[in-house]
Amino acid sequence: MIQTISVVAYLLLAPFLGAFLDGLDRILSARMQGRKGPPFLQPFYDIGKLFSKQMLAVNNAQLFLNLCYLIFLAVAGCMLFAGADILMCLFILSTADMFLIMAASSDSSPYATMGAGREMIQMMAYEPLTLLLAVGFYLATGSFQVTDIIHMPQSAVILLPGILLGFFFITAIKLRKSPFDLSTSHHAHQEMVKGLTTEMAGPTLAIMNIAEYYEIVLMLGIVALFFVNENWWSWPLAIAVCLILYFLEILWDNVSARVKWKTLLSSCWIVTLLAGGLNILILMLVR
Amino acid sequence: MGKLAKSPWLLHYDGSSCNGCDIEVLACTTPVYDIERFGIINTGDPFQADILLITGGINSQSESVVKQIYSQMPDPKVVVAVGICACTGGVFKECYNIKGGVDTVIPVDVYVPGCAARPQAIIDGVAQALEILQEKRVAYKQQKKGPKEDTK
Repeated sequence: MIQTISVVAYLLLAPFLGAFLDGLDRILSARMQGRKGPPFLQPFYDIGKLFSKQMLAVNNAQLFLNLCYLIFLAVAGCMLFAGADILMCLFILSTADMFLIMAASSDSSPYATMGAGREMIQMMAYEPLTLLLAVGFYLATGSFQVTDIIHMPQSAVILLPGILLGFFFITAIKLRKSPFDLSTSHHAHQEMVKGLTTEMAGPTLAIMNIAEYYEIVLMLGIVALFFVNENWWSWPLAIAVCLILYFLEILWDNVSARVKWKTLLSSCWIVTLLAGGLNILILMLVR
Repeated sequence: MGKLAKSPWLLHYDGSSCNGCDIEVLACTTPVYDIERFGIINTGDPFQADILLITGGINSQSESVVKQIYSQMPDPKVVVAVGICACTGGVFKECYNIKGGVDTVIPVDVYVPGCAARPQAIIDGVAQALEILQEKRVAYKQQKKGPKEDTK
C-alpha cells in the first residue's frame, strides 16, 4: 500500500518538486552573482509558455523519442520509490538517457549532433560509478532491493562515504551543472548554441524539461537512500542532506568554469576509482 | 501598462552594428540591470526564442541570415530593433551596401533609437515588446482554437 502511494506521489509530485527546486536554483544562482533573479515560479511560466508555442518539429521522431526519455525516467524513478531493485532502476536510467541522445542526433543540426556526442562522453564518465553504487549498496546491506536498504539498523552512508562523494560528482553531470555541463547548459550562450536541445522547440523542449525535473527528484532520492534507515529520524535527516547537497551543486555550478571533455572523463574516473573503488575494496576486505 | 508576457526568451543578432549597441545589450544581462528579473533568458537559439533583438543596419550579407533566423523562430514572436542603425540605417543609410533598417527585411514591433541605445532604453523597449508579445499570444491561442470551432 505504502509502495503504491509513494509511486503515485512520485509520478504526480516529482515535476512540481523539480520545478520548485529549479526556481530556487535560479534565484540562488542570481543572488550568488549579485542579481535579483527571476520569480520563484518562473519554471512553471517557462513550461506553460513552451506548451503554448507553435510546434516547429524538424522530424516526426524527435517528439516521440523525447516522450520515451520522459517515460523511462519516470519508470526509473518509480522503481526507486516503489522499493524495487536499485540495479534495475539505474539500468533504466541509462536507457532513458540513450533516448535523449537519439532524439538529439535524429536531426541534422551539427550543434545537436555534437551535443549528443558529448552526452555520450558524459554517460561514459558517470556510468562506472552508478554500477559501483549498486554494488556498494549490495555489499553494505546484502540486498539490491530498496525496501531492504531502507530497513537496515544503520544508514548505508556509514559504510559507503566514498561512494556518496563520487555520487556528488556525477550528480553535477546529471543535473547539467558547471563544470560538467558539456552537452547542454542551463546558462546563456555556449560555444555550440544549446547543444543537445538546439533543434527542440516549444512542446518538445517542455517535455525534455519535465523529464529533467523527474531526474532531479530521482537523483536526490538516491542520495536519500544513503541516509534512510529503520529509525524515523533518518527521514528528516535524509531530506536535509538532499537540500544541502543540492545547494552545494548550485555553489559549485557558480564558482567553476566548464571543463573540456578529457578533463571531465579523467576527473570522473579518478574520483570513481579513488573514492568508489577504494570504498568497495575496503568493504570487501572487512566483510 | 498592459499585462506583460511571462518567460520571454531572447535572441540577440548583430546585423552590421559597430558593437556599441551590442555592448549595451550585454550590459542588460549584468547584475546592474539584470533582465532575468522578467524571466528573460538570453538563449542564442532561434528555435527557443520569443524576442528577436537586432542591432545595426541590414546589409546584403546579413539579409538572408536575418530572414532565416526570423523564419526559424516559432510563433508567437516579436522583433525589437535596437539603436538608430537598426531603426533606419542611421549614419550608414546612404552606404552602397546598406539596405536600411531592420524593417526593410522583416516586420519590426518595437524601435529603440539611440547611438548607442542605453541599457535603460533597451529594457524599456523590451518591456513594450513583452506587452505586444502577450497580445500576440492571446491572438495566437484564439487562432489555434478558431478552425476547430468551424469544423463543429
